[in-house]
Amino acid sequence: MIRYLIRRILYAVPIALAVGFVCFMLVQIAPGDPINAIVPPDAPGDVVEQVRREYGLDKPLPVQFGIWLMKVAQGDLGRSLATGRTVWSDLSTAIGNTLLLAAVAALLGFALGCILGGLAGTFRGSLLDRVAVGTAVAGVSVPHYWLGMVLVVIFSVQLNWLPAMGAGPGGSADWSWDWEQVKHLILPAVTLSVIPMGIVTRTVRGIVAEIMNQEFVVALRGKGLTRRGVFLHVVKNAAPNALAVMGLQLGYLMGGSILVETVFSWPGTGLLLNNAIFQRDLPVLQGTILVLAMFFVALNLVVDLMQTALDPRIRRA
Amino acid sequence: MSMTTTTAPQTAAEAELAVQARQAPVRSQGYWAGVWKRLRRDPVTVACALILLLMFLAIVFAPLLAPHDPYQGSMLRRLRAIGTPGYLLGTDELGRDMLTRLLYGGRLSWFMGIVPVAIAFVVGTVLGVLAGYAGGKVNMAIMRVTDVFYAFPSVLLAVAISGALGAGILNAILALTLVFIPPIIRVAESVTTGVRSLDFVDAARASGAGAFTVVRVHVLGNVLGPIFIYATSLISVSMILASGLSFLGLGTKPPEPEWGLMLNTLRTAIYVQPWVAVLPGACIFVTSICFNLLSDGLRQAMDVKG
Repeated sequence: MIRYLIRRILYAVPIALAVGFVCFMLVQIAPGDPINAIVPPDAPGDVVEQVRREYGLDKPLPVQFGIWLMKVAQGDLGRSLATGRTVWSDLSTAIGNTLLLAAVAALLGFALGCILGGLAGTFRGSLLDRVAVGTAVAGVSVPHYWLGMVLVVIFSVQLNWLPAMGAGPGGSADWSWDWEQVKHLILPAVTLSVIPMGIVTRTVRGIVAEIMNQEFVVALRGKGLTRRGVFLHVVKNAAPNALAVMGLQLGYLMGGSILVETVFSWPGTGLLLNNAIFQRDLPVLQGTILVLAMFFVALNLVVDLMQTALDPRIRRA
Repeated sequence: MSMTTTTAPQTAAEAELAVQARQAPVRSQGYWAGVWKRLRRDPVTVACALILLLMFLAIVFAPLLAPHDPYQGSMLRRLRAIGTPGYLLGTDELGRDMLTRLLYGGRLSWFMGIVPVAIAFVVGTVLGVLAGYAGGKVNMAIMRVTDVFYAFPSVLLAVAISGALGAGILNAILALTLVFIPPIIRVAESVTTGVRSLDFVDAARASGAGAFTVVRVHVLGNVLGPIFIYATSLISVSMILASGLSFLGLGTKPPEPEWGLMLNTLRTAIYVQPWVAVLPGACIFVTSICFNLLSDGLRQAMDVKG
């Protein structure tokens, strides 16, 4: 177990470095001179050359990657071309907002997915099963940015119950759980939750159905265990795999919220990315993607370790 | 009860044989005939296939079906409601006929949704089968690179690549292809590794068949099915992502009709004509869910697990 732990953590290091390299290359594959990612295009020539030398952009690519990596390791993601602020200053508030949105959406989606999937897996072939499967397919097939628009049309335009945009007066920096704030969170969170809801429903249904077919469940029933008791056994067996899928979904939500954030102008990493793309603000684009991807790498690691720890059946050397 | 006792089965074993003989013609039918038969009996799959076929025909014959010009608008008839005479599905923010633009828009949306999966299917299958069959260092090299791309959430990777490359249809297709190659490699590698250790592959190798022949004759036939099914399940995601990139302004550029981009430009109109504004998204939804259900139906009919 300890050996697996160490090996798994060590394996995350080259992955993280490679992810860093991909993010580094984003600026290189962008059309135009990478120097344009640091100085505005209208800067005078001698300034451009000076900056080029300062940043080491006159050196070969591997050296540049080394320099960039050192800076990133010290928390220096560069400066935004559009605002002149450090990338990290904008990113840190945006991450809080995205995390809030993703966490609420995950809770909604996971809860509904577990209930629907668990029931569908237990009562396979029933009407309930069909409804759950249908909901799951709709959840993974719906373009969520469109669902967001439909929800805005219904709840903001027609009914005028909920706001269509923004994160409320406080944002995440000054977040409080009162109605003025929470009502801004409802529509984006519901919109974002449909994908994990669909995926978790499918996964949990599959896992539960498989467990229910195993002999030990029949044996437990046969010895007269209560429904509640059988239920607990099934949950214990289903939990590791289901939790692993949900853990990764949280990462997909963090990275995939860009479309929903754009629809609702939610001030998170997605909106930051969207603005960076429009202004061709490459440092912001690169920094945001790097941080989100690193979050995902870390999450993958945690999920793997957690699954190993929770599930005694997995004996990894 | 028949009186021709000479042909009637006398024992249980004979009765069993008789039943088998009667079933023989059914059993001897090919695998694909069986798949086709199961597909036809699945009403959901048939309905989805029909809807997709109709949509495909509609967008192919858009120039014949469309009542108006997709680019020609008029400020005098902006944002008409659904059901306006002459403009069945209303008009958009520049006064262009929605029905016409939806028909033409489907062309790019379908193209951008399907082409990345098709390219990724070919590239991913080649790399995955290579990794699975060759094993060893080749496997290591291919799979470790795949792991890196797996370390990005798919939407983020698509946005990152096409965001860096800049807006454009080709860039969006390139970005989506790169998103779909790694998962296809993983599936192809895993099924190939499974097939490689089977006896008939060993037998073929032992009888002196070269690696290329073994892969072509014995491996591909057994792995293409599962990989193909997996690839079809990606089309739905690809449609959503492709239109999503256009929605973000990263795919198609105006005035080109494309469902995702139309959804974006109509966003400002949700307070005036909300139901017209959400039409392009409904088209994406219908296409995506039909591809998803069709893929599920195919998986069941072809009896592919996973």
